[in-house]
Amino acid sequence: MNENVIATGRMSKTGAWLHYFANPGRFLRFVRPALPWAAAISIVVTVVGIIWGYAFAPADWQQGDASRIMYVHVPAAWVSMSGYAMLAGVSFFSIVWRHPLADLAAEEIGPVGAGFTFVCLVSGALWGKPMWGAYWVWDARLTSVLVLFFLYLGHIALIRAFDNPAHGHRAAAILALVGVINLPIIVFSVQWWNTLHQGNTISFTGSSRIYITMLYPLLVSTVGFYLSFLTLVCARMCAAIMERRTRTLLVAAAERAS
Amino acid sequence: MKYAVFIDGSYGITVAFLLGIGWLTFARYRRAVRRLRAVETR
Repeated sequence: MNENVIATGRMSKTGAWLHYFANPGRFLRFVRPALPWAAAISIVVTVVGIIWGYAFAPADWQQGDASRIMYVHVPAAWVSMSGYAMLAGVSFFSIVWRHPLADLAAEEIGPVGAGFTFVCLVSGALWGKPMWGAYWVWDARLTSVLVLFFLYLGHIALIRAFDNPAHGHRAAAILALVGVINLPIIVFSVQWWNTLHQGNTISFTGSSRIYITMLYPLLVSTVGFYLSFLTLVCARMCAAIMERRTRTLLVAAAERAS
Repeated sequence: MKYAVFIDGSYGITVAFLLGIGWLTFARYRRAVRRLRAVETR
């Protein structure tokens, strides 16, 4: 339990709901029944988005069919950045409130986020070769996403690097919070520097520079990738909670026997 | 389709990743459920 709660004997008003939902057992009870449904919806939406982008979306007038790579590259890029923002968020919770569930979430977000970042980098390289004539250039956008990938790898390594898991969680949480500075650099890199990577096509504030027949499959694919990411992280968190419970029960049984 | 190698490569790596991590996660989840059930009913 949170140290402040132990010290004062009661939960602060603002933190009460957090403590209520951050309980691993309660998380398992809420999330486990929803997992099969979440998995089914994620698979359907992702498959529809991918097939729509691959086979049915129109080719771009300038890039031709190579623009189809956008339907996997852009969602992977968005999910990798949002995943890191989520990682930083749970790391903040871990440092401030020491929620065991936040540590667990940080441990499970890392590998999934790194995977999506890898997909983003590879699909981007495969788009770059026919469009730019090179798989890789040391462009601000590409380099900052590569740094994001290394931050994920560093987090995965650091969180498992200590004999005392609490030390690993603390060190990795600090790394995640320091690394969050990379997110605005990725987003604004195409505005701050003269990059080979194209500028932002989708805008949430102004008008998007993409035709509706290409925007819809992109949005469906994006929703599918986000749902897949969340489902994977939740399933991995549930598995981790059950693994810990199994270990605790086995240790208790061994102590009783000795 | 022009640039088929690059497009198929991008979609291939994406589908392989999603299937791979999906299968690994499902296998881990199923193993965790089975082991916990076995320990609880011991």
